[in-house]
Amino acid sequence: MKIRIIINRDIVTKPILAEAIIETGIPLNIAQAHFDSTTGEIIADIEDTEYRMIKNALVSRGAEVLRLDTPINWDEEECVECGGCISVCPTKVFSMDEEWNLKVDTTKCIQCGTCIEMCPHDALSLDV
Amino acid sequence: MVNKSISEINNRIKDGSVNVVTAEEMVGIVAELGAQGAAREVDVVTTGTFGAMCSSGVFLNFGHAEPPIKMQKVWLNDVEAYTGVAAVDAYIGATQVSETLGMEYGGAHVIEDLIRGNTIDVHAISPGTDCYPRKILDTTLDINDLNQAIMLNPRNAYQKYNAATNSTSQKLYTYMGSLMPNYGNVTYSGAGVLSPLSNDPEYRTIGTGTRIFLGGTQGYIVGQGTQHSSKSGFGTLMLQGDLKEMDAEFVRASTFTGYGVSLYVGMGIPIPILDEKVALATAVSDADIITQVMDYGIPTRDRPVVRGVTYEELRSGSIEIKGREVTTSSLSSFKRSRQIAGILKDWISHGEFFLSQPAERLPSDTVSKPMKQTRGTAMVRDIMAKDVMTIHKNASVFDAAKMIMDVSFNHLPVVTENNILVGIITAWDISKAVAQNTFDLVENIMTRKVITATDTEQVTIAARRLEQHGVSAMPVVDEQHHVIGIITSDDISMLFARRN
Ligand code: SF4
Ligand code: SF4
Repeated sequence: MKIRIIINRDIVTKPILAEAIIETGIPLNIAQAHFDSTTGEIIADIEDTEYRMIKNALVSRGAEVLRLDTPINWDEEECVECGGCISVCPTKVFSMDEEWNLKVDTTKCIQCGTCIEMCPHDALSLDV
Repeated sequence: MVNKSISEINNRIKDGSVNVVTAEEMVGIVAELGAQGAAREVDVVTTGTFGAMCSSGVFLNFGHAEPPIKMQKVWLNDVEAYTGVAAVDAYIGATQVSETLGMEYGGAHVIEDLIRGNTIDVHAISPGTDCYPRKILDTTLDINDLNQAIMLNPRNAYQKYNAATNSTSQKLYTYMGSLMPNYGNVTYSGAGVLSPLSNDPEYRTIGTGTRIFLGGTQGYIVGQGTQHSSKSGFGTLMLQGDLKEMDAEFVRASTFTGYGVSLYVGMGIPIPILDEKVALATAVSDADIITQVMDYGIPTRDRPVVRGVTYEELRSGSIEIKGREVTTSSLSSFKRSRQIAGILKDWISHGEFFLSQPAERLPSDTVSKPMKQTRGTAMVRDIMAKDVMTIHKNASVFDAAKMIMDVSFNHLPVVTENNILVGIITAWDISKAVAQNTFDLVENIMTRKVITATDTEQVTIAARRLEQHGVSAMPVVDEQHHVIGIITSDDISMLFARRN
């Protein structure tokens, strides 16, 4: 499963990821990381069974941990299968098959929302 | 020599012996049989495209109210339609946005709602006249209540479209969709091998009066579209069709985030294979159609070309830009384009659609001129302050504070000994440093990422950059990054105030 780890300003300089990995012995497979002067955000892949432990280890160090288990919704009625979404998704959720049908692999979605802005037909959404 | 006439082909449609293929199928047929063989075998080649066509709209006639009104302004679901034509005629343009919902809902959505049979709230106002006394009108109606709803699109079906990318470090929102920073993606439009005008680029069979597929029904080509630029290979078409017969499957409203509303229109043209020349033209493939990738990061009319590209390359999913593979996205739907060419093929093979002889061919020698601008366009160099005070990066915060006091100017560009810009410091940065007791070097408290302008830029462009970054001044630099001036939001407001 995918999780989002949010690290805010006061702890952004502390090595809390490394500490949590050492404490739990669970490797974090980092898919995306984004840091700026105010917050840090990391998307990581972990085994479902490891969720509790890694969450506790991170939360006790002041981070916020969210499960990314509600991936992008695709409204096939609205979609015209243009393919606009394909080139903006960072994790290649969208692709075209040989017959130019849009294929959507939601298991790769990290809920970043980029494709929602791109879609001209309002066919993509995330549950909030 | 093959030589067929439209009426011969129509006779074959009538007796069911006509041979119709799509433009995609024709590529292989000409490769196999040669142009002459293909011209003998094939009577009609069908094309199709489904993509965003902003220059679209619908003429509506509402019928007369009792007492009658001469609509001076009219809104359909809060979207204004043009009423500068007779009392109860109006033109709803696809890109007009709602007065209340903005870009979320626009003319294109009104058009789609009409096709779907949904009701529309109509609000109209008028000064009132002796013959049309009513001043205000409110009613709710659907497409069946209208006398006419005639789609008339001034510019559709571009022969080809430029592709788009973005060299800057910021994401751009354009009519070509979201363009990701640092050449993060490429977007393109058009149907390539199925593109109607690319299959008859000399307009040998296409012209005024050609019967076509438009929005799921039969429509017609009115003639050349606006901005028809046949000399440079960018021909366009003006189209018309009966909205009452259309299908929302092929006419869809869309919103491009940060840009606005547009209408996706499905259209297709049947090309009669009159001789081998026409046959050869319809053998065009994705690999033969060349377009250019333009850098939308540069906001000018003539955007820099990043590279040439074929539709085959665009359709492969990625192309190379500056040594990197960049993912491509189409904004037109190739699946629907294919569907349209297929439907047109079915109609013709089943004797439900006959070809028409154009009354007039499209002009083949027009060019689209840029706008004539008679008012001077102000350049940054015209309004920037040239005697700009700068401060050295190794100066103290105290020196900076003193200088800002002396020149009573809020922004100090920070430079090296060679006057090369390395940062900017404001009165606010200084107050902050003082409050935090950091009486340090300027270098340590300055903002390093400076938004700059060049002296040869238009003020309009610089103004937009100021606004986007929420800053109130920008140092003006030359190519070597020397500071040669500064431009502030006050300078800009003063310029615009003078104009108004
Ligand atoms: S939300 Fe982000 S990751 Fe998910 S499909 Fe859209 S662009 Fe891809
Ligand atoms: S951008 Fe929207 S309409 Fe186009 S293929 Fe993706 S989901 Fe469908």
